[in-house]
Parts: sequence; C-alpha cells; structure tokens
Amino acid sequence: MSLFTKKADELLNWVDARFPLTSNIKAHLTEYYAPKNFNFWYFFGSLALLVLVLQIVTGIFLTMHYKPEALMAFASVEYIMRDVPWGWLIRYMHSTGASLFFVVIYLHMFRGLLYGSYRNPRELIWLFGVGIFLALMGEAFFGYLLPWGQMSYWGAQVITSLFGTVPFIGPDIAEWLRGDYLTSDATLNRFFAFHVIALPLVILGLVAAHILALHEVGSNNPDGVEIKKLKDKKTGIPLDGIPFHPYYTVKDMVGVVVFLIVFAVIIFFAPEVGGYFLEANNFVPADPLVTPAHIAPTWYFTPYYSILRAVPPIGISQFPGVAAMGLAVLAFAFLPWLDRSSVKSIRYKGNLYKGWLAAFVVSFLVLGYLGTVPANVWGQFGDWLGKADIATVVARVFTVIYFAFFILMPWYTKKDKTKPVPERVTG
Amino acid sequence: MSANQIDKNQKQDVSNHSAVDQEKRKFLIATSAVGAVGAAAAAVPFVASMTPSERAKAAGAPVEVDVSKILPGDMLVSEYRGQPLWVIHRTDEQIAKLSNHDAQLTDPNLEVPQQPEYCKNKERAIKAKYAVMLGTCTHLGCSPAQNFAITADWDGGFICACHGSKFDLAGRVFKGSPAPTNLVIPKHQYLTETTLLVGEDKESA
Repeated sequence: MSLFTKKADELLNWVDARFPLTSNIKAHLTEYYAPKNFNFWYFFGSLALLVLVLQIVTGIFLTMHYKPEALMAFASVEYIMRDVPWGWLIRYMHSTGASLFFVVIYLHMFRGLLYGSYRNPRELIWLFGVGIFLALMGEAFFGYLLPWGQMSYWGAQVITSLFGTVPFIGPDIAEWLRGDYLTSDATLNRFFAFHVIALPLVILGLVAAHILALHEVGSNNPDGVEIKKLKDKKTGIPLDGIPFHPYYTVKDMVGVVVFLIVFAVIIFFAPEVGGYFLEANNFVPADPLVTPAHIAPTWYFTPYYSILRAVPPIGISQFPGVAAMGLAVLAFAFLPWLDRSSVKSIRYKGNLYKGWLAAFVVSFLVLGYLGTVPANVWGQFGDWLGKADIATVVARVFTVIYFAFFILMPWYTKKDKTKPVPERVTG
Repeated sequence: MSANQIDKNQKQDVSNHSAVDQEKRKFLIATSAVGAVGAAAAAVPFVASMTPSERAKAAGAPVEVDVSKILPGDMLVSEYRGQPLWVIHRTDEQIAKLSNHDAQLTDPNLEVPQQPEYCKNKERAIKAKYAVMLGTCTHLGCSPAQNFAITADWDGGFICACHGSKFDLAGRVFKGSPAPTNLVIPKHQYLTETTLLVGEDKESA
C-alpha cells in the first residue's frame, strides 16, 4: 500500500467515525441491489434527477439578473436574452428543461402503469411521486408568470380564477392567492417566492422521501417479480440483483448522453419548439386590458385544461370543471388501491388491461392536443346535436374514458385473464 | 444477551408502561394543545400578509372618462381597479337590436345583481347611448374581444377568446357560454353631460 492510499484510508476512517459516509454509499449505491432486467423505461428516474439539478443550477443563475417586478420583469428577461453573457443559453436551458422535465416525468409515470410499480409494497413511493408531480405542476405554473408576457399574465389570471369558482369561499381564496383584485405586481412578487424557494424545497424533500422509500423496499422491474424473495444463501444478496453502482450508473450514463443530445438540439435549433415550449404570445409584454386572441397553457397542462373545458357547468357554477381537472390529477394517487390484478407487470396482464391502458394513453394524447387548439377547431355538428363544437364533444368522450380507466379499474383488473408469473426475472 | 435476558427486559418494559403517570400525561397533552394553538396563532400574520395590501386597496379610486370623444359604434377601453373598463357608444341600430335576442340570453331580465339598480333596464345603462361595463369575463377573468359586425344571427357583441363566452352589447351573456353571469357594471354617474365618473354614484358620494 502506497503512502497516499494509506493516508486516504485514514482520512476515510476519520470521516466514517463522525459521519455515515461509507455506509450510505453502500446502502444507496454499491450495495443497493437492483433487479438485473431493467429496460429502456428505467432511464427516466435518473433523468428526472438530472433535470432537477439542471433546473436548480440554471434557475440560480437566472435569479442573478431577473427582476420580479411588474414594470421590469419582461425587460429583465429580454436583458438576460440579449445583454447578459451566455444569458440566452442559461434561459433556454431553463425553459427547455421545464418542458423536458414533464416529458421525463410523464414517461416515468407511464413506466409505473406498465409494470405496476405503484403496488404493494411500493404505495408510498408512488404517493411521494404523485406529490412531486403536483409540486412540479405548481412550480411550472408559478414560473410561467415570471417572464410577464401576455400568456404568462392571462394564464395566471385564468388559473387563479379557477379557485374563485369554489363555492362560497372561492372569490376570497382567489384574491388571497393574487394579493390583489386581479393578477398584478403583488402576484408576480409572490409567485417568484413560490417558484425560487418554497416549491423547490418541497420538491427536494419529496424527492428524498421518494428515493428513501424506494431504497427501503427495493426497485420493481419489468416482470413485476420481487427479487428479494430469492436470495443467495451465503451472501443474502438477491439472486436477480446487481449493485446499482457500477452497473446502473454506467447504464444511466448512456441515457444521460442521449438525453443531453436531444436537449442540446432543442436549445440550439428550436428553443421555442414551434410555440409549444415557449408560446408566441409570451413575447408580447403583459397587458391587463387586452386578452390575446388565442390563449392556451403550455403543452404539459393541456390534457387537464381540455378536461376543464369539456365538463359543462352545473347551473351557473363552473366548479364541476375545476373539480374534474383536480380529480384527473389526483386520480393517480388511488392507483395502488384500484388495481386488483393478481399480477403487477403488463407482461402477465391480459388483453382487458392492455386495452384500457391503450385507451387511456390515447385519451391523454387527444385531450393534450385539443387543449392546444380553440374549441371550434373541428367545426360544429349539425342541428341534430344542437350545433355543438365537434372538438368539445370529442373532448367529453375522452374525458369519460380517462376517468373510466381509473373508476372501472377494480372491475377490469379482477376480471382480466392473467398469465402465470415466473419465479425469477426473465431478462 | 441471552434470549432469557431479552425476555426479562421486555417484561420490564411492559410493567413500566402499565404504570403510566396520568398526571404527567395530562400535563403533556395540555402543553401540546397550547403549543398547537400558539403555532396556529403564529400562522395568522403570514396568511394575512398575502391578502391585498393597503396600497392595493387604495388603488381602487374612481376614474373619470370623457365620453364625447367616442365615435358612434366605437368603444373606449380604460382602466378601473386594474381591470379593463369599457365605454361603448352604441348606435340607434345597435340599441334597437338589444331586444332582439332575449330568448337566447341566460339572464335577460338582469335578475343576478351584476349592475347597480339604476342600470336595471332594457339597455343596462343610465344613458341608452353609452354602455359602461368591466371587460372582465365572468367565467375565468379574460377580457372578451370586440365583435361588433352584425350578421344574420349575430347582433354584435363580445366573444371571449379563452373559452368562447358570448355577450351582447349590453354585456348580457348568451346561453351555452361557460360564463355564468352578465358582465359587471360598476357604480357610475355623469358629472356633466359628457363626463362620466366610474367607481362612485350619487348614492355613495
């Protein structure tokens, strides 16, 4: 042993006697045994972590130049884009990162639906995940007001008005959220506080809980087999488990490289992605007196926005649409108790579940598309349907399918013809 | 430690549990309750700090509008409490068309109090020529767009870009719109023949 390694060992021992460094590295990396059959769908957890770090770092640098003040906010963003050295890059990284965060999170959630990752004993991992999803939606919404463009302004105006539809206490809640009688400087200032400190802290805490819960019970896998059931008799290591580091750290690096290629292509060649990542109307400064002709949320909110538009009011109350939108997001939290199938993974589920999952994905995508366009995009039906907007009727049909996926789940997962699950993972 | 000893220790634990000091427990519960009340009280200033500030409340001062400069068939957008304030100079044709479509309206008789008493009339106005209203959609707060061109089945009015609510030139909402109620008419009065004061009327002044 050279003198250097001897000294390094001594230092490590000194640290370990005072802080659980080596034991934590073992528990979470080198001796955390993950199933050996992870596939493509398992890239997105680590990618979500990467995007989180990117958003925090780019965000910190943006706050050094941004001014959360109604008269200066729009100009300060343009200042970042034009005058701050590399400011354009940092801002595009942040705006592109926001959209890609949702791409990654939606795919990560879909993986959960494919392989039953939310089921016993992983309910809490899933619930922390739903919490992260909600916090992330809040984070994106608050952040979208900050550039103080037309879309920022009217988007915030519409969403805060949603709270105004809650029976009885609604108008007071909306006013309390805005800190004014309508979206104004006070709103911008507090949204900045939520965006840069309050929600990031919540998200970091939930991410820590999400990972700690995962490492407590161990990862699920594409076969939905519990690898902890069959362990090596001598070592106690699961037969189908491999240490997270180096096996999956190396695998995830491949995912990171591919992700960063896509990320760079967007930033350098199409940062607005045709108006989907950065909307055209947001390059016009906020004007409280004029609503732009077509307002729509950014793409990641559009499935829920479609549901909001599709649900008709009861009497004069808009609350049903708002409640449906909220439930559409919260429905995910109930999955662990709605799925009654005898198997976890789609590999061993029957055609009934596969059909419903496919219908759900199609609903999500169609609702997502319809949320980006005006309700009259497909014209109107004839008199036989009261000249209703075709797109609205289609959105209603898919809203019903979206909810049916959850509500009927206990029934169709139980009735589904499942296949026998193997003892060990199939690779 | 042998299995026997562990067993003994557990028994010890159990016997300790049975001898709960009720007085101490009551004291701890009471202390926690008082602490919770204290924490709730401490939250009040934080929650209250998010309500509209004194400055925001003061910004709601009345505004004056000179209506003589608005051409017939045109409208003026100014600002009242940060919201768009519309003053529309309606032509005789436009006024005549107002009673054309009562059957298609949600609240043609103005039963929901979205206007002061003195505007609860056919034209929803003090002077039939001038319509005064807040251009904030009663659905989700967008500002509906002007759509004055008269066609076979449209008597002129406003269409909200956000969710397609339709209003006539008196700000009355059409059936089938997501907006539940007519547009709001704020308190107002005429100081002279052509000077309009919005935010104050003869009763409040």
